[in-house]
Amino acid sequence: MATDAKRKAELEEKLRDWVGADAGSCPAPDVVNGQMIRHWCAVMGDSNPVYQDAEAAKNSIHGGIVAPPAMMNAWTMPPFVPPWDDLAAEATDGEQELHQLFEQYGYTGVVGTDHDMEIRRYLRLGDEITASKVVEAISEEKPTPLGLGYFIDVRWIFRDQNDEEVGSLLFRTMRYQPAQEAMPVSSAAVSSVPTRLPPPKGHDNAWWWEGIDRGELLIQKCSACGVLRHPPRPMCGECQSLDWEPEASAGSGTVYSFTVLHHPQVPGYEYPLVVGLIELDEGTRIVANVVGCEPGELQIGLVVEAHIEKVEGGMKLPFFRPAR
Amino acid sequence: MSTTLKDEAAIVGIGQTEFSKNSGRSELQLASEAVAAAIEDAGLRPADIDGMTTFSMDANQEIEVARAVGIGNLTYFGRVEYGGGAAIGVMLQAAMAVATGVADTVVVYRAFNERSGRRYSTGIAEGIVTADLIHWSWYLPFGLLTPASWVAMFTQRYMHEYGCKSRDLAEVAVTTRQHAVNNPNAWFYERPLTVEDHQSSRMICEPLRLFDCCQESDGGAACVVTSIERARDLPHRPAVIRGVAQAAGADQENMTSFYRPSISHRPEMDLVAKQVYAMSGLGPDDIDAAILYDAFTPIVLWQLESFGFCARGEGKDFVMDGNLGVGGRLPTNTNGGQLSEAYIHGMNGISEGVRLIRGDSCNQPEKNDHVLVTGGVGVPTSGMILGQLD
Ligand SMILES: [Zn+2]
Repeated sequence: MATDAKRKAELEEKLRDWVGADAGSCPAPDVVNGQMIRHWCAVMGDSNPVYQDAEAAKNSIHGGIVAPPAMMNAWTMPPFVPPWDDLAAEATDGEQELHQLFEQYGYTGVVGTDHDMEIRRYLRLGDEITASKVVEAISEEKPTPLGLGYFIDVRWIFRDQNDEEVGSLLFRTMRYQPAQEAMPVSSAAVSSVPTRLPPPKGHDNAWWWEGIDRGELLIQKCSACGVLRHPPRPMCGECQSLDWEPEASAGSGTVYSFTVLHHPQVPGYEYPLVVGLIELDEGTRIVANVVGCEPGELQIGLVVEAHIEKVEGGMKLPFFRPAR
Repeated sequence: MSTTLKDEAAIVGIGQTEFSKNSGRSELQLASEAVAAAIEDAGLRPADIDGMTTFSMDANQEIEVARAVGIGNLTYFGRVEYGGGAAIGVMLQAAMAVATGVADTVVVYRAFNERSGRRYSTGIAEGIVTADLIHWSWYLPFGLLTPASWVAMFTQRYMHEYGCKSRDLAEVAVTTRQHAVNNPNAWFYERPLTVEDHQSSRMICEPLRLFDCCQESDGGAACVVTSIERARDLPHRPAVIRGVAQAAGADQENMTSFYRPSISHRPEMDLVAKQVYAMSGLGPDDIDAAILYDAFTPIVLWQLESFGFCARGEGKDFVMDGNLGVGGRLPTNTNGGQLSEAYIHGMNGISEGVRLIRGDSCNQPEKNDHVLVTGGVGVPTSGMILGQLD
């Protein structure tokens, strides 16, 4: 409807001004202190002595008590104010204005999707932390299982008393128009968990993915000259034959190259995400995720073996792990 | 008719908008502003333009820009595929149109809201994928979705084979930034970068760190190409196109040519080098400065090797010897490049190539007889050598 499109354009016009906008700052009410660290460790069940035992901490690489890194954003969390209290009105900040804007335009749903913290250094007793917030990005409107929505990336930057950055936190939320309940939805759409992007399939590649669904890792083989090729193509580049047959790979190979992905984080994938370029013993190469080893252990030349696994959403994919 | 494009056409005007993170206006307006500025710089009027070309990824149709700017009849229009690989492909189109008489004067442009609008860094989304749908099926489910991730895969192998280190890549970022520090149009004007800043910046796709990646920018840039005869009558010193070429290599994929016997060099860029040197009759020793496509730092090393400024695998040594600075053997990306001026898909690099020939770069090297300018890396690509009017 024209009015909907107009309202959407109006909202997006306003959203543009928000990208890069300062969303307020918030000094920690308390300096980094032993009492809060003790409560945190009790709740988390963390008994690491460098957080509480002055003597042990002194002899550690830290040279004194430090705060658990995951507490970073606890120090500057605004104090809890009951919503019925008059003080609640004062607790608003820039980010809340942005959320109110989405509500005005019917994007009433809100869900947190990503939480990615980076630590520059351990905090020590007495550190005074200030958090400042920046709206780093707002996506275009995207269809999601929950409804049409926008992803909002807010970065919190934590600085100490010397204005040095000690860490940062990327918090991604999605504001969405809840899908109408009466709308018929498929079982996949009911799930609120985002899934990996499925492979687009067509005449030239669907057979390969059907092999994966059956638990087979296939390689296309030219029926005329015997050349193996991956990714598949309809014609043989060596002899121009259109005849081919699938050959099952034994699934063993070596890591030819790899990358570990950290940013951007696409919903449906777990990060850091290891993607390998695997040279199969048959001679062709294939891109797939490598699992079963720490990112630091992975190196070019590592011998790996394939297995096929079902991922969130029901799709099957090949994975590689270090050979036993 | 001549049999090559050597000395058949020249760049006589350049224009651009400001480069920003949020232009606040339409892509069509950015394109129109850049095109009008280039025509004015050439000392021409919109009605003098009879040809237009841009990237197939550009959202601004030639006729829309023509109507906005007041360009009248067009006898040539055409587009070039493959993202930033088109950067000099469009110059080949313009030079061919002028050399054959299909058009007299061609304007080349590229404009987008790449930062505030659709960002390429966020990866392939459903709906963007069209004819090459099947190609992406081999990468989407595994999360290999972004330009940084594809380049990282090549980089890891390259570093493994040649002992290149992240510190070597830092040198490219730091030198390029130093150029931007002197360029008021650069996003990083007066904001230097240290090796330490680079080495402590966050990992994006290992081994690529944040400062190995170019910016994302809003903006537009354009240039005007015409015949050498006409160029003689126009106000600026023309940048003569000495050699220009496009190339795709064997077993080429769009950014993911992972299946070649070696993935540590770029056969398509080797083929561009071979052609532009053959056409111009020049060699690496004749090139005084370069604008090398720098979406990511390692791709600069690969191009130095493709164009013969150093041997295969020695890009790191060439860079660490300080050769990319203004006083070095090959002053490179003197505008700050896409790493530090702006990411306008290589089009801002063409403008800087022209400034180098004119002698008015913010980081002008003394010798400026010949300047190399290249297109994207990892895609089917392009390059050209600009020279002085004899
Ligand atoms: Zn064959």
